[in-house]
Amino acid sequence: MASENLIDIKDLNFSYDTRAILKGINMTMQRGKVIAIMGGSGSGKTTLLRLIGGTLQPSSGYVKFAGQVVHELNRDALFALRRKMGMLFQFGALFTDLSVFDNVAFQMREHTDLPESMIRDLVLMKLHAVGLRGAHRLMPNELSGGMARRVALARSIALDPMLIMYDEPFTGLDPISLSVIGNLIRRLTDALGMTSIVVTHDVQESLKIVDYVYFIADGVIAAEGTPQQVRASVAPFVHQFVHGEEDGPVPFHYPAKQYRSDLNLEDPVV
Amino acid sequence: MFKHIVSGIQNIGHRVIESVWRLGVAARFFLLVLLKSSTSLRRFGLVVRELYFTGVLSLIIIVVSGLFVGMVLGLQGYETLQKYGSESAVGTLVALSLVRELGPVVAALLFASRAGSAITAEIGLMKATEQLAAMGMMAVDPIARVVAPRFWAGVISMPFLAAIFSVMGVFGGYLVTVVFIGVDEGSYWSQMQSAVDFRFDIVNGFIKSCFFGVAVTSIAVFEGYDAPPTAEGVSGATTRTVVTSSLVILGLDFILTAFMFRGVS
Amino acid sequence: MQRTTMDLWVGLFVVTGIVALMILSLKVGNLNVYNPSQSYTIIGNFENIGGLKVRAPVKSAGVVVGRVTDIQFSTETYDAVVTLSMDSRFSFPKDTFASILTSGLLGEQYIGLAAGGDEAKLQHGDKLMKTNSAMVLEELIGRFLFNKASEDDSL
Ligand SMILES: Nc1ncnc2c1ncn2[C@@H]1O[C@H](COP(=O)(O)OP(=O)(O)OP(=O)(O)O)[C@@H](O)[C@H]1O
Ligand SMILES: [Mg+2]
Repeated sequence: MASENLIDIKDLNFSYDTRAILKGINMTMQRGKVIAIMGGSGSGKTTLLRLIGGTLQPSSGYVKFAGQVVHELNRDALFALRRKMGMLFQFGALFTDLSVFDNVAFQMREHTDLPESMIRDLVLMKLHAVGLRGAHRLMPNELSGGMARRVALARSIALDPMLIMYDEPFTGLDPISLSVIGNLIRRLTDALGMTSIVVTHDVQESLKIVDYVYFIADGVIAAEGTPQQVRASVAPFVHQFVHGEEDGPVPFHYPAKQYRSDLNLEDPVV
Repeated sequence: MFKHIVSGIQNIGHRVIESVWRLGVAARFFLLVLLKSSTSLRRFGLVVRELYFTGVLSLIIIVVSGLFVGMVLGLQGYETLQKYGSESAVGTLVALSLVRELGPVVAALLFASRAGSAITAEIGLMKATEQLAAMGMMAVDPIARVVAPRFWAGVISMPFLAAIFSVMGVFGGYLVTVVFIGVDEGSYWSQMQSAVDFRFDIVNGFIKSCFFGVAVTSIAVFEGYDAPPTAEGVSGATTRTVVTSSLVILGLDFILTAFMFRGVS
Repeated sequence: MQRTTMDLWVGLFVVTGIVALMILSLKVGNLNVYNPSQSYTIIGNFENIGGLKVRAPVKSAGVVVGRVTDIQFSTETYDAVVTLSMDSRFSFPKDTFASILTSGLLGEQYIGLAAGGDEAKLQHGDKLMKTNSAMVLEELIGRFLFNKASEDDSL
């Protein structure tokens, strides 16, 4: 049963300097599933992905990937592990000095000895999957935001990893691309048996394609469940999120002093 | 009053600790770059690409500045030397100034502002746009893949650029004094050749430019890699590269000169 | 940019750099005239070397034929022992006369060689028999005043 889980996260705590971002997160992610992580802006979703990828160190607890505790690995083992992961960065993070083609080919050239003709075929296949085969000669600065994100997606699946982490794959996409990409994530997961973690704000779109949802708020998991459970949920938190209401348990504001006192509207306390 | 003095001293202490700490970080980074250089040497194509950006694109400014510096040296040197009736020594003056000092130093200063700042800005922007993080997540070490090739390209370009600068300068001096003013061509070259020594002047100038190349590119790559990942962070780092490099070049030049030319002529 | 164009430019750059270094060495630094591997060493004792420095040129008829490689003080003869490294293309008679001269009024000092008439040539390690010290300004003035004084006496 344990081998079913690709990722086990246990009592994970993390803080930047003194500000606690994650406070005791527990998650399990099975192979072959699409898992969504939702939560307000600044709730620590990207941070969580970084902890899984091992670019940040937890202050306590651990992330286990395929049976290995990520933060205890040495550099070489960590790099070996990362070759099994793909990550779509929130802002694409395409290499601006390489063309679209070379961006997608980057990992193939770095990590494999494939002949150039085969790399070419593979790259065009990946680009075809995101609908940008015709754009392979362009440079990143010639792409629109949504196109760049799709290229980044093609790049993150270049080596068919076991796990792909998508940090907000749907922002900046038009409705057509959005459902195409959503379906692509689902199809890749099913066809290649990989696992996908999708960080997203797009509740409606993601509920169509995911197997399980975690809601993060205030550094803890506020709710979790399958899409059906989420839709049916009457928990005020989930309800607020799914229906996009401003008032509710999810604070829209970053922690701060009272608004009035920040604007010096209140009498100073003597 | 007393409080002010204490806080002032604290301030100084804080700055000193800060800069020593940063120097330590920089030294560690420098060692890391050297340790991770095997990729760049194995895949030399990476360095060749960077040589284009650091070396070839710096050529224009080096050639033009070298020519003009040499022309000015020739003109000024001639004006001064002819008062003592030794205007034929102008070749010596031009060549020695260039080969020993101006070639390596001015070329390095130009290199710092042309190529050094570009290296810092490029690496800093790659960091700010998460390209370095993305590379790390792809199990490719950004220091080996991005930093080391730029470092080596800079280190290789610098001596070549300094030599080209000196040659252009000698040619510029020749143009002004021999072609325009009419100093005897034979004495321009022969006086130069009898005064400039291969071992002491040419080789030492070459060694200087190698030191400057290492200094400027280390500063440039470190500032870029260390830059705060924001627009101001990168622009600040770029400025710091030029300022720090220039100061280091001049300081290092004094130290190297003191070692190299002590006790001779 | 196309990969091959870039390679071409970088190749040109490296070649230009190497050519520049060669020009500096050969044309500016005159590496070919003075090559230590083809040289022989001779020694000269001078009463006073004035401002002569190591690396100063050795000239004959104005042509550089060697360089000063070492200057020592001898505690036996209490004078300066100057080692000259001579270009082996030029050989000089045994009775060559060496003097320390100044180029121009304020120029650097060098050793001038005036060839003698001896059949035998100077060999590696030989000693110059006839040397002439540097002119020291104070001595010149002193001698001039002394001469003046003795002239006045004789009147
Ligand atoms: N390098 C950093 N140093 C200090 N604090 C940081 C740093 N990066 C992020 N944070 C803080 O950590 C918190 C979580 O950031 P994170 O990027 O994980 O949020 P997120 O959930 O991905 O938000 P979004 O949906 O807007 O992308 C934020 O409050 C942010 O202020
Ligand atoms: Mg985020």
